[in-house]
Amino acid sequence: MLDYLLTDEQKMIQQLCRQITDEKIRPVALELDKSEEFPWEIMNIIAQSDLFGLYIEEKYGGMGGGVLELCIATEEFSRGCGGIAICYAASALGTYPIILFGNEEQKQRYLPDLAKGKRLAAFAITEPAAGSDASAIETSAKKQGDFYILNGTKHFITNGGEADIYVVIAMTDKSKGARGASAFIVEKGTEGFSFGKKEDKMGIRASATRELIFTDCKVPKENLLGREGMGFILTMKTFDMSRPGVAAQAVGIAQGALDEAIKYARQRQQFGKPISSFQGIQFMLADMATQIEAARALVYAAAREIDSGVKDVGPHSAMAKLFASDVAMKVTTDAVQIFGGYGYMKEYPVEKFMRDAKITQIYEGTNQIQRNIIALALVKESIKNKE
Amino acid sequence: MNIIVCIKQVPETTQVKIDPQTNTLIREGVASIINPFDTYAIEEAVRLKEKYGGKTTVITMGPPQAESALRESLSLGIDEAVLLSDRAFAGSDTLATSYTLSKAIKKIGSFDIIICGKQASDGDTAQVGPGISAHLDIPQITYVKKIREIKDNYAIFERMTEEGYEIIKSPLPCLITVVKEINTPRLPSLKNLMRAKKATITKWTFIDLDIEEDRVGLKGSPTWVVKIFTPPPRPKGQILDGTIDETVEKLAKIIKDIK
Repeated sequence: MLDYLLTDEQKMIQQLCRQITDEKIRPVALELDKSEEFPWEIMNIIAQSDLFGLYIEEKYGGMGGGVLELCIATEEFSRGCGGIAICYAASALGTYPIILFGNEEQKQRYLPDLAKGKRLAAFAITEPAAGSDASAIETSAKKQGDFYILNGTKHFITNGGEADIYVVIAMTDKSKGARGASAFIVEKGTEGFSFGKKEDKMGIRASATRELIFTDCKVPKENLLGREGMGFILTMKTFDMSRPGVAAQAVGIAQGALDEAIKYARQRQQFGKPISSFQGIQFMLADMATQIEAARALVYAAAREIDSGVKDVGPHSAMAKLFASDVAMKVTTDAVQIFGGYGYMKEYPVEKFMRDAKITQIYEGTNQIQRNIIALALVKESIKNKE
Repeated sequence: MNIIVCIKQVPETTQVKIDPQTNTLIREGVASIINPFDTYAIEEAVRLKEKYGGKTTVITMGPPQAESALRESLSLGIDEAVLLSDRAFAGSDTLATSYTLSKAIKKIGSFDIIICGKQASDGDTAQVGPGISAHLDIPQITYVKKIREIKDNYAIFERMTEEGYEIIKSPLPCLITVVKEINTPRLPSLKNLMRAKKATITKWTFIDLDIEEDRVGLKGSPTWVVKIFTPPPRPKGQILDGTIDETVEKLAKIIKDIK
């Protein structure tokens, strides 16, 4: 790995996460992939190690770090299991709206428990008919006295059913389209809030992906995040922070697959030699390593830019996610290729890396949406320069 | 409650190599770790503190690099660390080591319970823990697998035996040595890692302790290592088959032949 000039504290985080991955995650990864059991034991270990608080301010019980720290942790966990890692990272996705848009009272109420990992968070925007097109959201929130009454269904919600704190996007004014969306903090156990079907997924199977059902769900009006109509901008700003996390997950998955491929290539004998001595394999390994390093460099650079407080980080955050996830898909596919027939078998770890990699090209905005974001920024920039 | 944990830094390997000429361990190129049995002692101390409050102190005797084992203990939640290091201590056997440790514990002063691992993975003697209790003249309970409860002036333990376990009530202060069944050690936390990195380790040498010169180091060590060797692996067992009567007959014959 290149020297990214990490601080001592960041190196410490990396080392600690690597230890958790080696000692606790890797031994159970294949088993949880099969059983689809939520990794509570690992979440508790991560919580006890203070890692849920990495990106939360110290005054709320966090460690006071930022997106880079979150990326370092997510990458390390993903080397062991992309599914377990996303349970951790998805809680960050559900926490960022509160960090970014919560008022003091909301922060005081929710962040300390989230920093300690006592409760997990989740973010809910996707609906059966509203994926990339957020303006198509049908879940409604009608103000009624001191409450908002939520009705509708969210689906594909990571950490659904397991998390305690949900940030839910619902329409307060459907006639305004995307500008009519608002964000609410909804706690598990709220009247009218229940869980539907748990999805049977291709990859990241240790994580829970579930339907959220709102039936006249009474949410106190003080749980509105920001103001009415800010739901869409809140979502965009949240994704700007969380996409490097997905990108880091992709880097970790790719690195995990490469590590396995190198080990296997050295030990697998064909034609009387280890296959790592064949140029065909060597070139594949060299390309994989180079792509991973390029992806990591972009992810860390984007994360650092965000942490420095730069205002418009959307396109760079999108580039990191786009590039790293495409690399993960390519590298994990090549890792399976290097393993040959064994790579296709569930007994060996690389087919799981390949299945886990695919989702990184899809969630938190498909890579096509990422390209939209990047292209739109390019065009805007060009218009601005002309003026 | 004040809890003291005694640990040892050992070479990291289960296959320690022995120099056949000198009969000593070959330590070169082998990383050092906290004796695995001591990690259970550390964890138990941290749990006791979480449950009953108080202070935990870890103590080790060894070369200056043993400091890393102490810092690791701090990262696992121990409050304070003491290193006993001096050329005068070099070559101490279990008698001299337990004597020196007991003197350091006396210097620390008040304590309610001392926790040690059941034995070290390099020497395997299991003598230092009991030795300390003898020097301090306090009760010792070895092979503890569970601390049932701790009250103001007594504690109740479960002590592993070959057949099962004994329940032992002991006055405090006392010394226990623990087995791996007692808990599952945690991983470090980030806050403790950061604290451990910055922490000041108390260092005591010969002159800091009220000890007699001829009772430490090689001079104070009556143990004489004649030979260290790897015992031959246990030969494979023999499985007898056939009906019960046949196998009994075969077994009886084997036993007779041994005679």
